[in-house]
Amino acid sequence: MVEWEFLILLLTNGVLIGLMYALIALGFVLIYKATDAINFAQGEFVMFASLIVVFAILAFGAPLWLAIAVGVGGMIAFGFGLERVVLRPLIGRPVVAVIMATIGLAAMLRGIGPMLFGSGTQSLALPISDAPIIWGPLFISPIQMLGAGVSICFLAVFGWFFLKSRKGIAMRAVADNQQVAMAMGINVERYFALAWAMAGIVSALGGVVWGNMLGVDVQLALVGLKVFPVVILGGLDSIVGAIVGGIIVGVVENVAAGYLDPIVGGGTKDFAPYVLMILVLMFRPYGIFGKQIIERI
Amino acid sequence: MIHRECGIYKTSYQADMALYPLPIAKWTVAAFAVLLIVVAPIVLDEYYLSILNLIVIASVGAIGLNILVGYTGQISIGHAAFMSVGAYTAANLAVRFDMPFWISLPAGGLMAAAIGAIVGIPSLRIKGLYLAIATLAAQLIIEWTINHVPWISGGVQASIEVPRPSLFGISLDTQRELYFFLMFFAVLAVVGALNLVRSRVGRAFVAIRDQDIAAEIMGINIFRYKLLAFAISSFYAGVTGVLYTYYLGIANYEQFQLVVSIDYLAMIIIGGLGSILGSIFGAIFITLLPIAIRWFMEGFGYLLFTQAELMNIVPHMRLVLFGALIIVFLVLEPEGLNRLWQNVRNYFRVWPFAY
Repeated sequence: MVEWEFLILLLTNGVLIGLMYALIALGFVLIYKATDAINFAQGEFVMFASLIVVFAILAFGAPLWLAIAVGVGGMIAFGFGLERVVLRPLIGRPVVAVIMATIGLAAMLRGIGPMLFGSGTQSLALPISDAPIIWGPLFISPIQMLGAGVSICFLAVFGWFFLKSRKGIAMRAVADNQQVAMAMGINVERYFALAWAMAGIVSALGGVVWGNMLGVDVQLALVGLKVFPVVILGGLDSIVGAIVGGIIVGVVENVAAGYLDPIVGGGTKDFAPYVLMILVLMFRPYGIFGKQIIERI
Repeated sequence: MIHRECGIYKTSYQADMALYPLPIAKWTVAAFAVLLIVVAPIVLDEYYLSILNLIVIASVGAIGLNILVGYTGQISIGHAAFMSVGAYTAANLAVRFDMPFWISLPAGGLMAAAIGAIVGIPSLRIKGLYLAIATLAAQLIIEWTINHVPWISGGVQASIEVPRPSLFGISLDTQRELYFFLMFFAVLAVVGALNLVRSRVGRAFVAIRDQDIAAEIMGINIFRYKLLAFAISSFYAGVTGVLYTYYLGIANYEQFQLVVSIDYLAMIIIGGLGSILGSIFGAIFITLLPIAIRWFMEGFGYLLFTQAELMNIVPHMRLVLFGALIIVFLVLEPEGLNRLWQNVRNYFRVWPFAY
C-alpha cells in the first residue's frame, strides 16, 4: 500500500473511533458541567446499559427498539436514583470524596452486572452489516459510522439544549454559580438529577454502539479509561471539547499504533493517549476549550 | 496507672504532641506488642499467619498512601504502580546481583520514591481531579512499561522469581519466619509514620491539605513538601511492593494493577483519612473482606441460593460489597473506622456516667 494511503486510512479510522470515544466522554462532560462531580464510573455506566439492553433481548425476547428504550429508561432511573442516594449527600465535600464514591460505584457495577446477567460475553446484534464499506483506499466499518453519527447528533441536540432551551440555560446557571442560581429560583437539586439522567441516556446509546462493536461483558467498562484523555484534552466542561478531544485521541492512538506497534510490539493504542494527556496536563491543564479556574483563598 | 483522662487537660504543645499521652498508652502498646510478637506466632497456624502476613503488608502500603492522601490531601490512583517499581527493582537486584534483602528492600523503596516524586511534579500546578487523572496515567504508563520492557520484567510473563530472604544464613521459608520478617518492617513503618506526622514536616503536610495557598503564604514551600509527600508515600509503597514480592516469592505485575491502587484507596477511606491507626484498620478490613465473604457464603449461602448461583455470586460479591462499603463510609462516616473506634472509646471514657 502506498504510504499516504495508509496514513489516510489511519486518520479516517481515527476520526471515526474518536467520535465514538466522544460519545462516552459526553456523559462525563454533562455531569461535570452541571454538577462539578467527577464520574469515574462512566465506562461502567456504558457496560451496565449494554447489559440491560442485551438482557431485555435475551430474557424477554424484546425487539431491538424496545430493548434500547428499556436501556435508556433504566439508565435514566438509575441516574436519578444515584444522584439522590450517593451524590447529593456528598455536595460540598472534598473532590477526593466524590472521586472515591464514583470509584466505589464502578466496583459495584462491575460486580452487580455479571451477578445479575451472568459473566459470559453476549453479542448485541444491530440490523447493520459487519462488512466494511470500501471506498477508494478506505475501509470503514458501518458500526463506526453509526457511532460517529449518534455522537454528532448528540452534539447537535446538546448544543441546542444548552444554548436555546430554558432548561439548558438554567443548567448553565447552576454550573456557573449554584448559590446565585438558587437565589434566582432554580431548583438546583432537580437540575443535578437531570444531568445524571442525561448522562444515563448518553451512556445507554453509547452502550448499544460499543456493545455491538466489542461484545457485551465486564471488559466493556475498560472503554471508560479512554474518557480521561479525551476530556482532559478537550476541557472538562466543554461539549465541543469532548468531540474535538475524542477525535484527537482517536487519531493519535491510531497513527501511533499504525507506526509504532511494529517497533515496540503492540499495546501502543492504550499508551499513546495517556502520554499525550500528560503533556497537555503539564502545559494547558484546563484543556483546549475548558474554562480556566482561578483560585482564591 | 490504669486510668484515662476524661477531658482535655493539656497545657503545652509537648503534651499535645506526645506519642504516649498517658501511661496507659504505653501499657496498651506493650500488651499489643506481646500479643502480636509472642502470642500470635505461637497460637496461630500457618494459614492464619499467612492472612496476618497479608494484613501486615497491606498496613505498610495503606499507611504510606494515607500520608499522601489523608495528611497532605494529594490524591494518587497510581500507588500500585509505585509498588511494582519497588517490587521489580528489588527482584532484579536480588536475582541479577544476588543482593540480600537489607539492600534490595531500601533500594526498591528509594527507586519507588524517585519515580513517585517525578509523578508528583505536576501536583504543583494541578490538583484534585486533574492530579487523580495524572496519577491514573502514571499507573497505566508504568504498568505498560513494565509489561513491555523485558529488561525490567524478566521476559516470561513479566515475572521474576525471587529467592527467599535470608538472615544470618537462615532462609526464611515458613509463614512464621516470614511473619517476623514482615512485622519488623511494619513496626518500623508505623513508628516512622507516627513520628513523621507530629514533626515539622507532618504539620506542613496538614497545612497544605487544609489550604495550600494559605500554607504557601505562611512560608511553607509547597512544591518541596508536596514532592516530599509523594516521595515518602511512594517509598512506603515501594517497600510494600518488595515485602509482597518476598512474601510471594515472585515479582509479577498482575499483583500491582489499577484495582490494587483502588483497594488501597478503599483501605484508607474505610479506615479513616489522616489517621495511622485508621490505615491499619482499613488494611485489616479490606484484606479480610474477601475471606469473610467466602467463609460466609460457604457456610450459609446454601440457605438462599443454589450451588450454581453461588458459583456466580461469590466472586462478584466482593466487588459489590467493596464498592458499597466505600460509598456507605463516604456518605455516612467520612472519617472511617477510626472515628467509630474513637466514638466507642469516648463513650467508655466516662462510663457509666453520661459526661
